[in-house]
Amino acid sequence: MSRELILDKVRIALGRTKGQQPPPLPPARIRIAEVNIDFRVAGMLQKVEALAGKTFLAGTLAEAVNYAASVIDGREAVASNAPFLRECGVTALPGVRTGVTDRVELRELCASCAVGITSADYALADTGTLVILSSGHEARMISLLPPAHIAIVPRGRILSGLDELLSILPFPAEQTSSMVLITGPSRTADIEQILVRGVHGPGEVHVIVV
Amino acid sequence: MSVVFDEKINRARGDGRLQLAIYDATARLMDKRKHALEGDNLPDFQELRDCANALKKQTIDNLDHYLEQFEANVIAHAGKVVFCKDATDVSDFILKLAKERGARLIVKSKSMTTEEIDLNERLEHHNLEAVETDLGEYIIQLAHERPYHIVAPAMHKTRYQVADLFEEKLGVPNETVIEKQTMIARGVLREKFLAADIGISGANFLIADSGAVVLVENEGNARLSTSAPKIHIAVAGIEKLIPRAQDLAVFLKLLGRSATGQPLTVYTSFLSGPRRGEEIDGPGEFYVVLLDNGRTKLLEDSGKRESLYCIRCGACLNHCPVYRKIGGHSFPWVYSGPIGAIITPQFMGLNHEPGLPFASSLCGACAEVCPVKIDIPRVLLELRADVTAAKEREGQGGLERMAFRAYAWLMRHPKLFEIAGRLASVLAPASSSGWLRGVPAIMNIPPVRAWLSQRDLPAPPHQSFRQQWRTRVPRINSR
Repeated sequence: MSRELILDKVRIALGRTKGQQPPPLPPARIRIAEVNIDFRVAGMLQKVEALAGKTFLAGTLAEAVNYAASVIDGREAVASNAPFLRECGVTALPGVRTGVTDRVELRELCASCAVGITSADYALADTGTLVILSSGHEARMISLLPPAHIAIVPRGRILSGLDELLSILPFPAEQTSSMVLITGPSRTADIEQILVRGVHGPGEVHVIVV
Repeated sequence: MSVVFDEKINRARGDGRLQLAIYDATARLMDKRKHALEGDNLPDFQELRDCANALKKQTIDNLDHYLEQFEANVIAHAGKVVFCKDATDVSDFILKLAKERGARLIVKSKSMTTEEIDLNERLEHHNLEAVETDLGEYIIQLAHERPYHIVAPAMHKTRYQVADLFEEKLGVPNETVIEKQTMIARGVLREKFLAADIGISGANFLIADSGAVVLVENEGNARLSTSAPKIHIAVAGIEKLIPRAQDLAVFLKLLGRSATGQPLTVYTSFLSGPRRGEEIDGPGEFYVVLLDNGRTKLLEDSGKRESLYCIRCGACLNHCPVYRKIGGHSFPWVYSGPIGAIITPQFMGLNHEPGLPFASSLCGACAEVCPVKIDIPRVLLELRADVTAAKEREGQGGLERMAFRAYAWLMRHPKLFEIAGRLASVLAPASSSGWLRGVPAIMNIPPVRAWLSQRDLPAPPHQSFRQQWRTRVPRINSR
């Protein structure tokens, strides 16, 4: 098949032999900024706001749930199976469905709900990014199909930035088939460079830091 | 320069609305990039560029190693790697898989690599529906056009053209409000995502040590294409590899900022293999198609190999005075701008458009902004040398050589040169500005006419330097 053909062509073009090791790589360039937790929290909130996301700094779990309830505002919502959301009590709010583990059922639910609620494995302060690893607790669709996304994040999960994330998770593929970095609401500028939010993903993103 | 290339350029230059659209869009992208790199926004930008260049060099110079490492890691995560030598290989693989799985509908997220092999047309030819889901790509697919720009494919379309297009193709009322147009597309495409059997994406990076495909985007269509259908196929050129997941700390910082001025795009997906054990959603099958399509040929030339370092940010297009004047569709292939000018001849052969490497002022703006430091002007010069050498081998270019020989002979005969100069000043048309605009009648022969169509000649002076010298009054004596 084409495999051997292509690999052979590559080797001949480069003057290499099969199995020849490349010179060692220099260590990866990872630079972690030392930022204390209060600055990380403040940075996260400020960056999300700058991207037209909404934020709320909750002192207690109850405050977080109250804010989430005001966002949901009686709309249909679907929450991920993250234990943290159950601890918060947000899954007990009226109109919030959770605990779905079937792929098709979850997809249909996400396609009809107005709000998706997730936690986040990490957040990146310097870019205002949520990091979600797909698992039995966090599905891909909840932060993607509903027009609004609420993420409730414990403040200890906020890292300084991408470099710190990649130092904690040097091999994300060993943990999950999908790690997604979410930086603000879905957007496009494909027609006349005019910014429009909420194209295919949520146009409304709320980040609640507890 | 071929007649077709020339015609396309003249058409673009003559379209005032288009000129404004290109100029405006590229200017905005330049401003955004500039802002993202200013002051404290990314102080180590130059160091990151050096690092990215070194990483790409290491990967490309040892590409077989990283390809095999990547393949082994994809397999370890229950995915499959399919090596394809050309467009037919890719469409054969997808058609066979679609047939086996009874698939009819394919959703696609933006991929220049699939544009390169006309994948949509090939699939449609076999009664598969392939729908582009990036808003810009969707618009140009409806219009049956090629992307105008690597990053902003529908940059040349106005909202009014989009309104007419949607009305005609989708049967919706003529809607000229951009927000509403976007929602129309969202509605149509949402149905497609949920019904699709296969999702096809490109890849911004392939990670050798993880067997992962990394996709960056702003809309969410790539996430949907790779997560909603049961099958995900990523189609990528073999040059997309980088060694380690941790190297993303270098490349992601450069890509978003260089392309659209974003520190990170809205979504960055790191995908490896099909859905696992406890995971609730995601595809059940995961394939990575590794495409050659001329890349191994390009690798042979160590002087131009760096053309494969490109991460498709589009910054060189935005900063190129030629691209900004002639636009994306004047270029002879899917890749436009400076990067298109260096990879098109290497992928498609020099004869595809011999004028392409010459369609540059060699101003160097492209090399200055390139996040992986490809020396585009140098590669252009090498390609020019290749074109000239090929012409000579074919016995062409004789006239040009003869003209320069005649000129050299004239320069070596001062008396004749002076007579020629006097003749020129007598024959030259009158000029009050000191410049001869247009083409003087005596020079109106094809190659000279083409050359003068972009240049003005200085009008010959009434007295030549030699005449002035002879009649000068020596100052030293008059004192």
